[in-house]
Amino acid sequence: MPVVMDADRMGRTLTRIAHEILERNRGIENVALVGIRTRGVIIARRLAHSLHHITGEPVPTGALDITLYRDDLMRHPVGPQPLVRKTEIPFSIDNQKILLVDDVLYTGRTIRAALDALIDFGRPKEIQLIVLVDRGHRELPIKADYVGKNVPTSLKESVHVRLTEIDGSDEVAVEHD
Amino acid sequence: MSGSRKSTGATKWRWNMIEQQVPAVPAVSTLRHKDLLGIADLTPDEILLILDTAEAMREIGYRPIKKVPTLRGKTVVNLFFENSTRTRTSFEIAEKRLSADTLNIAAATSSVSKGETLVDTALNLEAMAPDMIVLRHASSGACHLLSRICRAGIINAGDGMHEHPTQALLDAFTIREHKKRIAGLKVAIVGDLLHSRVLRSNVQLLTKLGADVWVSGPPTLMPPGIEREGVRPTTNVEEAVDGADVVMLLRVQLERMQGTFFPSLREYFAVFGMTRERLKLAKSDVIIMHPGPMNRGVEIASEVADGPYSVILEQVANGVAVRMAVLYLLAGAEHEAAA
Repeated sequence: MPVVMDADRMGRTLTRIAHEILERNRGIENVALVGIRTRGVIIARRLAHSLHHITGEPVPTGALDITLYRDDLMRHPVGPQPLVRKTEIPFSIDNQKILLVDDVLYTGRTIRAALDALIDFGRPKEIQLIVLVDRGHRELPIKADYVGKNVPTSLKESVHVRLTEIDGSDEVAVEHD
Repeated sequence: MSGSRKSTGATKWRWNMIEQQVPAVPAVSTLRHKDLLGIADLTPDEILLILDTAEAMREIGYRPIKKVPTLRGKTVVNLFFENSTRTRTSFEIAEKRLSADTLNIAAATSSVSKGETLVDTALNLEAMAPDMIVLRHASSGACHLLSRICRAGIINAGDGMHEHPTQALLDAFTIREHKKRIAGLKVAIVGDLLHSRVLRSNVQLLTKLGADVWVSGPPTLMPPGIEREGVRPTTNVEEAVDGADVVMLLRVQLERMQGTFFPSLREYFAVFGMTRERLKLAKSDVIIMHPGPMNRGVEIASEVADGPYSVILEQVANGVAVRMAVLYLLAGAEHEAAA
């Protein structure tokens, strides 16, 4: 089970992404973070903390559950209906630059669902995509604006992002199924 | 954002707004049946799954665009053989918010008035391949009958004097929202117990989740053997209301009464009507519930119905979220059954 990112590296990576956000958006005016449940929310929260630390200003942060927008819903031959969790975006996204955050970018289908969901909340000025890991194998024309680490994988492998808040430690590992 | 530039504590208030902790994974993540016929068939874990899912669904009602694509391409038939405003509208809104195609059939405008039987009506609808049928019928067991002959999932929207499961679920949702729990609460259910399907569903649900349920009404409207359902029956309404966390009133269903069950509506109100005076016996943070439609001045005084403890309109609002949860979960369960 090779670890491709340890806790130190994850910390530095997120700090780097925070600086990239500031560089690209020339500050954090009209910028808001929206994390995709579950681990994207934790990463968004950490980025918000970094941005606050650097600029001294708070960044509005929300949580998005994409379950009801999934394209494989109701198409399962067998299997439980995925659990629906709460979406909490306690601010208007109209004319904001929304930074969408997820842990792993893979087929792109989650992001497609998240884009649809976001548009139902309003009309953001712009949506940018932040992922901790890009593992390739896209099935939709979607590309991340900020990538923590590109991890080339085979389809037989799975990428596990562990975060202290949920899993007790910070690390990214690739496992062979 | 301006005006909140304090350098300390700023992240704290913001993050309190969204769930800090990862919510506990529910014990079950799916329902076992394609139908929701009654609370009797549900396990406590399944009830909690529906309530938790409803929590998530409720937020959709606050959005500028109150619609998600989840049930796109699914057809839901609302088949109502009894009059209904609240339940039918609530189901229809829930279906539309999930993007299902809905059609409403009311008995008065259908071939039922030409003498068609329930089974024939259902088989004809079934031939048009709906995914779910929401049924309200005056006969207890009508939904069970349909569930045996239809491939479509059947949701009971009230069958005779048997069950009205989504009402009990939305009641539980409303109670949990106010009291943060259901186990250990004293719930007094007062009114026409005999004819009430809301009572039967609520008793099932509340006892399954560990509430202390008291039921009260005139002896003539007390269902025989009710004490075997794990509730405490009393004809003394004060005893039931004393120290209650929740007081739920049931409508006196004159349309189902053949014969005389009490001398007059006026006397009923005098003995069982929920007045401000009687309510003083309950806990100071009591909530007042009523499944509607209300008979003001019969089972409930207007000042109580419109008073500060009343959550009656919240019940109606929560009904949509609860029914969305049921539709969503059953739509998934159906596929499991088919595989």
